[in-house]
Amino acid sequence: MNSVNPTADQVDETPVFYLKEEPHHAPGTLLGFWIYLMSDCLIFAALFATRAVVGSNYMGSPLPKDVFNIELILVSTFCLLFSSITYGFAVLQMQQNKVNGTLMWLAITGLLGAAFIGIELYEFNHLIHAGASPQSSASWSSFYALVGTHGLHVSFGLLWMVVLMVQVKMYALTVANMRRLFCLSMFWHFLDLVWLGVFSLVYLTGVLL
Amino acid sequence: MASDYEAIYADDRWSPVFGKLSWDVIPYYEPLVLMSFIGVVIGGGALFGWVTYKKLWGYLWTEWFTSIDHKKIGIMYIILGLVMLMRGFADAIMMRVQQSLTSSGFDGYLDAHHYDQIFTAHGMIMIFFVAMPFVTGLMNYVMPLQIGARDVAFPFLNNFSLWMTIGGAMLVNVSLFIGEFGQTGWLAYPPLSGINFSPSVGVDYYIWALQIAGIGTTLSGINLLVTIVKMRAPGMTFMKMPVFTWTTLATNVLIVASFPVLTVVLALLSLDRFLDMHFFTNDLGGNAMMYINLIWIWGHPEVYILILPVFGVFTEVVATHCRKQIFGYDSMVYAIVVITILSYIVWLHHFFTMGSGASVNAFFGITTMIISIPTGAKIFNWLFTMYKGRITYELPMMWTIAFIITFVIGGMTGVLLAVPPADFVLHNSLFLVAHFHNVIIGGVVFGVFAGITFWFPKAFGYRLDPYWGKVSFWFWVIGFYLAFMPLYALGLMGVTRRLSQFPDTTLSTYFHVATVGALFIAVGIAAFVLQMVLSYLKRDELRDDSGDPWGGDGRTLEWSTSSPPPKYNFAFTPQVHKFDTWWDMKQRGYVRPVDGFNPIHMPKNTGAGFVLAMLCTVMGFGLIWQIWWLAACAFFAAVVGAIIHTFNYDREYYIPVEEIEAVEARRSEQLAKGNPA
Amino acid sequence: MGLNKIPTISRLVAILLLLASVLALSGCNWVVMNPSGDIAKQQAFLITISTLLMLIVIVPVIILTILYAWKYRASNSKAEYDPDWHHSATLETIIWTAPLAIILVLSGITFVATHRLDPYMPIRQISADIPVPENVETLVIEVVALDWKWLFLYPEQGVATVNEVAAPIDRPIKFKITSGSVMNSFYIPALAGQIYAMAGMETKMHAVINEKGVFDGFSANYSGHGFSQMRFKFHGMDEKGFDAWIEKLRISGEPLGSKTYLELEKKTTGHPVVYYGNVDERLYHDILNQCVKAGTTCMDELMHRDTHGSHKTAKYQRK
Repeated sequence: MNSVNPTADQVDETPVFYLKEEPHHAPGTLLGFWIYLMSDCLIFAALFATRAVVGSNYMGSPLPKDVFNIELILVSTFCLLFSSITYGFAVLQMQQNKVNGTLMWLAITGLLGAAFIGIELYEFNHLIHAGASPQSSASWSSFYALVGTHGLHVSFGLLWMVVLMVQVKMYALTVANMRRLFCLSMFWHFLDLVWLGVFSLVYLTGVLL
Repeated sequence: MASDYEAIYADDRWSPVFGKLSWDVIPYYEPLVLMSFIGVVIGGGALFGWVTYKKLWGYLWTEWFTSIDHKKIGIMYIILGLVMLMRGFADAIMMRVQQSLTSSGFDGYLDAHHYDQIFTAHGMIMIFFVAMPFVTGLMNYVMPLQIGARDVAFPFLNNFSLWMTIGGAMLVNVSLFIGEFGQTGWLAYPPLSGINFSPSVGVDYYIWALQIAGIGTTLSGINLLVTIVKMRAPGMTFMKMPVFTWTTLATNVLIVASFPVLTVVLALLSLDRFLDMHFFTNDLGGNAMMYINLIWIWGHPEVYILILPVFGVFTEVVATHCRKQIFGYDSMVYAIVVITILSYIVWLHHFFTMGSGASVNAFFGITTMIISIPTGAKIFNWLFTMYKGRITYELPMMWTIAFIITFVIGGMTGVLLAVPPADFVLHNSLFLVAHFHNVIIGGVVFGVFAGITFWFPKAFGYRLDPYWGKVSFWFWVIGFYLAFMPLYALGLMGVTRRLSQFPDTTLSTYFHVATVGALFIAVGIAAFVLQMVLSYLKRDELRDDSGDPWGGDGRTLEWSTSSPPPKYNFAFTPQVHKFDTWWDMKQRGYVRPVDGFNPIHMPKNTGAGFVLAMLCTVMGFGLIWQIWWLAACAFFAAVVGAIIHTFNYDREYYIPVEEIEAVEARRSEQLAKGNPA
Repeated sequence: MGLNKIPTISRLVAILLLLASVLALSGCNWVVMNPSGDIAKQQAFLITISTLLMLIVIVPVIILTILYAWKYRASNSKAEYDPDWHHSATLETIIWTAPLAIILVLSGITFVATHRLDPYMPIRQISADIPVPENVETLVIEVVALDWKWLFLYPEQGVATVNEVAAPIDRPIKFKITSGSVMNSFYIPALAGQIYAMAGMETKMHAVINEKGVFDGFSANYSGHGFSQMRFKFHGMDEKGFDAWIEKLRISGEPLGSKTYLELEKKTTGHPVVYYGNVDERLYHDILNQCVKAGTTCMDELMHRDTHGSHKTAKYQRK
């Protein structure tokens, strides 16, 4: 209870009240991005909660097991999972200061991510034509909100990836660029984690239960 | 009547170029709106004209609008709060007058269509564009100074957050003259806020103003949080931070952990409205109760976001003006942390009457009551700081006394409402309205005025005129009691909220007393504005040269700087030894260094925040009016603009030693001049 | 700032408290504190007891505030000044545990009272002196919130009204509440607490009226432009009076079926009292399941199909 009072060894005869040299503060960018990511996690949590509440309110609209193409979703899931691994390789190249290696692995990551989005759009199209549109019931509204928000995040991540690739090409692996690559890395892995949740709680439960 | 308004916004009025805009959506036929518009044009035109005449646009742009200095951003937040207070309070006066008239048997001057917009706008503006900017402004200004930092962790983001908040406020203000505002209450419950029952653009203005301002707030939350975690001066451990910094920490944790839920629930509502989805509709499986749960999961932490900073303000004020270290520092910190955590498990008390069942209601009722324990501990700690202190009744201390007495009454009625069966008879009544105004005015508003008065000399270099401050104080305090105590009574007489007509004319006296109270508050606000103006005119008389204007009683680091502080805050980063750091420095023979300066690394000003936020605002306007090309172009431009901004790696500069020497030399002169005997 | 301002604050507070207590004790038309139904009476008692419990803390706090503010003002040189006194384990213990004790008591009361006064549970007593008789038949009233009026249906009696509801005194009432439009809140202050009325859902409230009289009822949740006029009267009658009232409805009332209901659903403000003497017995079910309009599928049928995955034609669909 005495945190406000100094201990004996903190009090000295002539205390120094300022630093002669400027301290070097580590920038808080990674912490800040992590906190942003947690707030994003909360967004997904709220969307999962919504799914939990209205997810079984089909009200006559198609049932998931009748319209989900689970094999295709498995393909897109593996695309996304592999893309996390390839991003990891990009970071390894970055830490060895290899611009071309970094760019190559980023490009592969981007292609896998684009494949994921492509398959997702194809699937949405198929679902809508099968009568499982966002307007058909609360259950499908919650599906599109959750899966769609994830897809929008992945798309935004892809755009960011392209911009970063341009910046790395133009300015090489500066401290700022490496910091940005770390942030995107966190973003990308986070989206992967969320997808694991989506895949399990939306797709697998939809077809298995 | 309603169907005429609906016809203006019907789907067949949509055109590709103008969306749903048409000449009919401008309410030139509404006399009150027309008069407001004329007033705004004249007043705003005069202001713009004067600024142009004085050639101040360049100055405003380079020194203020593009500033990433937390001090300037904090001041701009507070100016925003004051401007929007005028609008929110005008709404309040209009409601009071209407209720006075109709409770006396007269026809009111507002039909339901207008009255219902006014109470919706009043609540929404006061919470999001008055209270939030006020506390955000105080936290922005004071916290970095208190922790010995030069700015916040992400200065550009700070500027962007400010402009996003202003963008949201602009949309709300535009709704008065183009289209209309929502008529749903400040939380816009569905199905009333769904497209079927609210087909006009009103709810869309509400949604997009909040989404845009909400992004600003969330980013600000991340910003201030990282600042406190990463940028405290060496030696300032968590348990040596000032209590205001602790409350800033807790508040920003709450912001980051609650605003995303608001973002989601408003997005789902707009999906229902724009894309015909079914989250909250009556049909096809929608669940309106889910909206209420989600919005209050945000909503309850929100009110703690408003009150916690103010608890911090009062702590600083009490310690300074009682000339005594705050009693029970550790206890204060634990109380803040406990309140922060508990605020997440009480949200259902806002809708006990929704039929959740006894066990659920009892759980949330009990958790709600538990929050009063740490809150009470804080109040006792303030009292025990006063005990055996030497209290000077400067204005901030007067606000504090008024706060303690007023807030505990409001807290008491809150715990009362936390008993579910009691809430069944008081929910949504004027008793509830009295309760939350009691804690928000008695707590947040009094606290903001205390904070503004307390730190004004630091920010501007001169004190505020005490006489008009006291006039403002007395009219606010007396006005508050006159305006809201009758409402407790009316609630116990079975009067519900959001009524514009009353069949029972025996109640009119209570309403008249409340209107008198509102008029007193109006005088209080006018006196506050007068205080600002007169203080500026008399600033040389009221000058503070020491940087420590409250009799040299300042205890925390912000008082170690000049008034106003230099843009770099501290010539040398402080080395912290004890809590109440500046007090410790004064006690132990601190000598201000006058040479040996190093160049200081600072961020550059930028216009990118303003540009991006205004593009977002335009996008919001486009979405509201379904002008899809405008929304798409603005969105695209914002994304491109953000990308271009990321190509700018050159965002910092060094303040040269010569400049620092000059500034510090001026300060030395100032200190010698103002050195008290 | 003059010293005489401090007493002004305390004088002001004293006057306001006195005023408040005088008004409170007079209890004139303070219906919430002086209701006519047993449930509301118990709820009013809770308000009183909670307030008194909290005053145990609030009154000393206000007194201490004024006392310390006065005594320790800087100009009072007689008061001791102890700038180093900022910690006391004893005081900390007291200020955390005393409110905790009060909250524990209040929590206990809350837990018990919340379960006792659960609107979904049948009433346990007719009044403080009268227990619920053995073979009493609960009166069922179905309530539908509309824009901007209330529809009351009596399923056993086969009658209905708009904006007027009655019940015999000292007989348990069970309200089954839904909405035909947006969220409202069904509230008769003299009778019992309120409960939300929501479309597609049914909430329940049990109550009993102990006195004859005419009492105000209204919606306590804003529902649109006609909200201020969404008021009705609740009549407490003796058994004979109630039977006569039901008879009056049977004889003078129009029939109420889906067509009339769909007309009624349209937005009206300040709707006059209307009697219906002959009510279609499926109407309430269809309102609750949102299938009054011909061709719509009832929600219970849709949900039945969802869980059984079958797509047979609905038996429940309204023709």
